Amino acid sequence: MNLSANARRATLAFMLIAIMLVAVGVIQSWAVMLTIFNLCLISSIMALGVNIQWGYAGLFNVGTMGFAALGGVAAMLVSQEPVIAAWHAGGWKLLLSFVSLVLVIFLVAILYGKIKKGPLRQLAITGALVLGYFLFRAFFDPASDAIEAIDPAVAGYLGGMGLPILLSWIAGGVLAAGAAWIIGRIALGLRSDYLAIATLGISEIIIAFIKNEDWLTRGVKNVTGLKRPVPYEIDLQKADWFINLVESLNHGTLSQFGADDRSAMLRQMVIEASSIFVKLCYAGLFIAVLAAILTLSVKALDSPWGRMMRAIRDNEVAADAMGKNVTRRHLQVFVLGSAVVGLAGAMLTTLDGQLTPGTYQPLRFTFLIWVMVIVGGSGNNLGAVLGGFLIWLVWIEAEPVGVWLIDNLTAGLGETSPVRLHLMETAQHMRVLVMGLVLLTVMRFHPEGILPEVVKREEGD
Amino acid sequence: MDILNALVLLFNYIIVPSVAYGSQLALGALGVTLVYGTLRFANFAHGELMAFGAMITILCTWWLQSLGVSIAPLPTALLALGPAIAVTVAIVLITDRTIYRFYREKRSAPAIYIIASIGVMFVMNGLIRFIIGPSDRAFGDGQRYIIKAQDFRDMTGLSEGLGIKTSQGITVLVTLFLVAALFWFLQKTRTGKSMRAYADNRDLALLSGINPERVVMYSWIITAALATIAGALYGLDKSFKPFTYFQLLLPLFAAAIVGGIGKPVGAIVGGFVIAFSEVTITYPYKKFLTYLMPEGMQPSGLLQLLSTDYKFAVSFIILVIVLMVTPTGIMKGKTV
Amino acid sequence: MSYLSGTNMRGGYGGADVLHGCEISVDKGEVAVILGPNGAGKSTAMKAIFGMLELREGNVTLGGKDITKLSPQRRVREGMAMVPQTNNIFTTMTVEENLEMGAFLRRDDIRETIARVYNLFPILAEKRHQDAGELSGGQRQQVAVGRALMTQPDVLMLDEPTAGVSPIVMNELFDRILEVKKTGIAILIVEQNARQALDIADIGYVLVNGENKFTDNGQALLQNPEVRHSFLGG
Repeated sequence: MNLSANARRATLAFMLIAIMLVAVGVIQSWAVMLTIFNLCLISSIMALGVNIQWGYAGLFNVGTMGFAALGGVAAMLVSQEPVIAAWHAGGWKLLLSFVSLVLVIFLVAILYGKIKKGPLRQLAITGALVLGYFLFRAFFDPASDAIEAIDPAVAGYLGGMGLPILLSWIAGGVLAAGAAWIIGRIALGLRSDYLAIATLGISEIIIAFIKNEDWLTRGVKNVTGLKRPVPYEIDLQKADWFINLVESLNHGTLSQFGADDRSAMLRQMVIEASSIFVKLCYAGLFIAVLAAILTLSVKALDSPWGRMMRAIRDNEVAADAMGKNVTRRHLQVFVLGSAVVGLAGAMLTTLDGQLTPGTYQPLRFTFLIWVMVIVGGSGNNLGAVLGGFLIWLVWIEAEPVGVWLIDNLTAGLGETSPVRLHLMETAQHMRVLVMGLVLLTVMRFHPEGILPEVVKREEGD
Repeated sequence: MDILNALVLLFNYIIVPSVAYGSQLALGALGVTLVYGTLRFANFAHGELMAFGAMITILCTWWLQSLGVSIAPLPTALLALGPAIAVTVAIVLITDRTIYRFYREKRSAPAIYIIASIGVMFVMNGLIRFIIGPSDRAFGDGQRYIIKAQDFRDMTGLSEGLGIKTSQGITVLVTLFLVAALFWFLQKTRTGKSMRAYADNRDLALLSGINPERVVMYSWIITAALATIAGALYGLDKSFKPFTYFQLLLPLFAAAIVGGIGKPVGAIVGGFVIAFSEVTITYPYKKFLTYLMPEGMQPSGLLQLLSTDYKFAVSFIILVIVLMVTPTGIMKGKTV
Repeated sequence: MSYLSGTNMRGGYGGADVLHGCEISVDKGEVAVILGPNGAGKSTAMKAIFGMLELREGNVTLGGKDITKLSPQRRVREGMAMVPQTNNIFTTMTVEENLEMGAFLRRDDIRETIARVYNLFPILAEKRHQDAGELSGGQRQQVAVGRALMTQPDVLMLDEPTAGVSPIVMNELFDRILEVKKTGIAILIVEQNARQALDIADIGYVLVNGENKFTDNGQALLQNPEVRHSFLGG
């Protein structure tokens, strides 16, 4: 039984991460440490989502970025106030264009059913599609132009539903799940490398859509100032209870100063504390979500459902022969995993307070998550969380550490040496190289990751 | 009605760019398909490999330029290709020895290879950023145009100009030469045939005494050479920007799969299919139709089927459609 | 001692053994046929002789030399050739290229051997520039046998060469195999079509549960009432 060995290893690894985080807090600052910690939490949730797909079922999804972005869009759509003028200007026409789209799809379906297979059917369907396309564009183009013309500096889009942003976390999961369901229906029959290419393609399309459909997302103009589920720093700094709290916490330090210095000091402390307090609030929310998802994941993996999933992963043919509906199970797991990623995506956008479509890069949002899962231990939920923490820490800290390293290593070259200047300039890119080496090394020498999958022997030997 | 001007417009904005881009895609997709045929995995590091090859070409070009070497009117980069290919081949062979061979011996699943190739992608991406940095690099020299649009107008008296860049001309000629050479190699030489045999039926190839390690080595060498050339030509044509190469991955895969994965002819056909679709679907036809329509009936909108930002979506949609109609691709590639 | 012989072969695919002390041997200019019910270990025995299965016990000799530890590729060099049951041709290559690939190990002039194969299978000469994948089932088997003969082997092994081909094609294929035998090659066949195979067999091995149940010459086995009853359908 490797259960206890794993438990020991997990404790050790998390202790190591805690030490690293504390080191960041002491050397850099506690605010930086909390920023990293919050992103570690979100990364862990994304890694859990990928682990559900890859670790449980062996599904090779390289479209994490797309699902995370959908979550981000959901955060914006749920929380932003609707732009009434934009709705008046083009909202209804826009709806009409979508109605026409649906009608065309119906028409195609009817034509497909009514006409016998042959050139006539192809012609009819092509005709209907071309006609439908122009019909759609006839409604859509003026509508989106009209919407984008409304107050373009701050709006130029339809806005959202004006609901609390916490709801968007669920909405993000649902939106990603819906997209995953459609994608899964089409792509899940493919073998693993085609599925990888398909998901990669779809995620790129989702990003292209979010970047370019300004009427919906403002595109690369970004939507800033999203609502928050936690208090604003500026409000905290004015709140008496908060000032009192900070004062009482720092009583010892403050009492050493005179009255004038003291109030300036307190002011400074309150500003710092407000930022930390806000980050702690986020951390609390994120920890709650992570704990819930982790618990559910662990329970699911230990349930008969999880055992069946792994049986399918390890021998698809046999599972198929035993009457398990493999494609259906795969669809389930694909939708579930994507929903978790979508949820994490919504959380990330909430934390950022803005939707910035230009920042979705596959390296960061897809491949880095994969490194987390593989390094953490595919098939092991706690491993995914561990991978999320560790890899995010390394990803963030590789830059300052790299700069520091190169600064010291090349100090002998002289301040203006071109080699030194070039290296200093590119040191920030070290982390990509480091990630690749970490991934390759783990795969080669320890392919089961830091926390290997726990294989329970039913026979009890 | 002005058919001549409309035709020139079509040539200048659709046909010439598509042929050049299609050639670059074809060369890249050939590499994807060769690796797929012999190693049986989709190489996610291929875009980065092209960028890497292009980067070495640029470094060699700068070095040659600093020595005052010039083959004007041709770009110096052509000379630099030789050493660049040598370096890239060496890197690829080292990668195979240190990484892929291990999984080959273990007969790992394709997904494991892909994850390994993602690791390689990270490393190469990091190396590129580290060595040359993420910014734009121009390295074309020599004569920029074969025909300048203005000269064409003066010559023909048409209002539309047709410009052909030297890089476009070189791309097409180099591609023609390379494709001919590759097909001669695959069809006529013993090694080439053994590569086809290995791609066709690995077990039977082993029974026939074909050495798999040699086949794999040749595949990598050819792939690296093609990727270097494709990457350099793409950079010469559109300026070298390391991050755009990752985005080529999707059109490359689409080209290889649409044509029929594992089939060299398919990669070439696929490359042009994808290039032409991308360009024709994202081109605004307003001016074109203005020439063809009678006076006073000019179209009002841009008449663009899809915004250029969706050009990568186009390759993916073509991929999906082709796979739905013929699951093995146009040239009947491997059924897997 | 026969030219090729596997003695006291024991082994299997991980876990339990499939072969339990099985004996197979064949001499040059002889046809040996391995028969038996499904799961008796016929193909396994052939794989063991060819080195595609590691033996736990027993050994295989070729021309008096112990080859038990050699890989299949090495055995090809030693003069053994194998026609697998399925996927036994390069479908995307022409007939002639298939033959060339069969002779990949040879560095000498192979034209004469190709001519001999075309002589043996005239239809292949006609279709030499066609992709092998476009041929009919019987013709594909001819390509497969032709490819194996290209190394000029001393031993030719065929794994169910007539599976899925029509009776006429089957008879023709067996005729060709007899022709091949006349060139002095040792031939070992695993077969389902027992009656026809025994017709051309010099020696037959009936395996049951990985053991030799009957061993005799072809005609004798055909006459043997027990064999007739159990394996030849009365």
